Amino acid sequence: MKNEWPLWEVFIRGQHGMSHRHVGSLHAPDAEMAIKNARDVYTRRNEGLSIWVVEANHIAASSPSDKGPLYEPSESKVYRHPTFFDIPDEVGAM
Amino acid sequence: MYAQMVKSEAAQDDPEKLAAFQARIDAGEKIEPKDWMPAAYRKTLIRQIGQHAHSEIVGQLPEGNWITRAPTLERKAILLAKVQDEAGHGLYLYCAAETLGVSRDELTEMLLDGRMKYSSIFNYPTLNWSDIGAVGWLVDGAAIINQVPLQRTSFGPYSRAMIRVCKEESFHARQGFDAIRKMAEGTPEQKKMAQDSVNRLWFPALMMFGPSDKESVHSEQSMAWKIKMNTNDELRQKFVDQTVPQIEFLGLDLPDPGIKWNEERGHYDYTDPDWSEFFDVIKGNGPCNTDRLAARNKAWDDGAWVRDGLMAHAKKKAAASVAAE
Repeated sequence: MKNEWPLWEVFIRGQHGMSHRHVGSLHAPDAEMAIKNARDVYTRRNEGLSIWVVEANHIAASSPSDKGPLYEPSESKVYRHPTFFDIPDEVGAM
Repeated sequence: MYAQMVKSEAAQDDPEKLAAFQARIDAGEKIEPKDWMPAAYRKTLIRQIGQHAHSEIVGQLPEGNWITRAPTLERKAILLAKVQDEAGHGLYLYCAAETLGVSRDELTEMLLDGRMKYSSIFNYPTLNWSDIGAVGWLVDGAAIINQVPLQRTSFGPYSRAMIRVCKEESFHARQGFDAIRKMAEGTPEQKKMAQDSVNRLWFPALMMFGPSDKESVHSEQSMAWKIKMNTNDELRQKFVDQTVPQIEFLGLDLPDPGIKWNEERGHYDYTDPDWSEFFDVIKGNGPCNTDRLAARNKAWDDGAWVRDGLMAHAKKKAAASVAAE
């Protein structure tokens, strides 16, 4: 025992999707089988046109407790959004 | 529902951390795998999600039994798709449980050696085609009632698995209703079969929600942690209220003479199932407990060489590609 198949994370791009989105995970011996299993498990209802699989232990993730230091700096930068700037109507679309 | 009588654990953590955790849940925040959580929350969830996953997998057996004997090619294709969905549902749930630090193989082994349970309903047999219709309609119908509120459960991966499952589940209930409707509107013999299925499966379906609230000792902590969203009796009442008009639509007799509309409560009254039978089935003495576990054990043992072989092949290929570089 303890010859368990590794865990893979599955990403799918849908019909009108701009990018691949994480949809779940599964176990498979290798990438080829992971894609075949992902087809069976995550695209039974035409959900996707493209599948990516990545072995889960190759993914590095941020920690939820780092929320403050990671994202607070962007909260004070409202000028990054176009609505911050007043453009007079007579200038037209910009 | 699929998770019945999940034993909850008493919390034994730092009271300050516990209070902060409870505040997050009360604020409607999702708890994610890397977040701090009480050991009891983790343990109860592994038990509940695991039992739920096992139910999806064992639940394939009574239906798979009829795939080769479906009355038409169309019904066969539909049932095959339904049973395949159940495998997928089991997988979504196993993945959610795995984020809590238990491995897939550990979960499987706990099912196979009886340390973990699956829903009592799958220890009842499917004797004929009409039972397959009744199972889809009643059993998946009951599952939906249980699973819809669980979409709002506090543990993120469980909640997301439930959202995915619920999206696919109404196909299951509808195909079952459609199949039994065909029987109920068929020849007198077919109608009799439909009636017999409803009579036999009604009380086992009611048992799916677990023991009555008076006896359900595990609810309070799980409700506070939003692992459980409603009491067993609330969900059971919802199922009765939803299903009685459907039985009447089919022109079948109600399976329980105690079913009566109660104007004052605004709900149907009904007779409680025989709880001694329920506890007996849970203990392993239902009509099919032995068969179900034997089938799962056989599948696991017979598949061992495939799992090992594919892993060995993957390792060999990986080694060869490293050597080539």
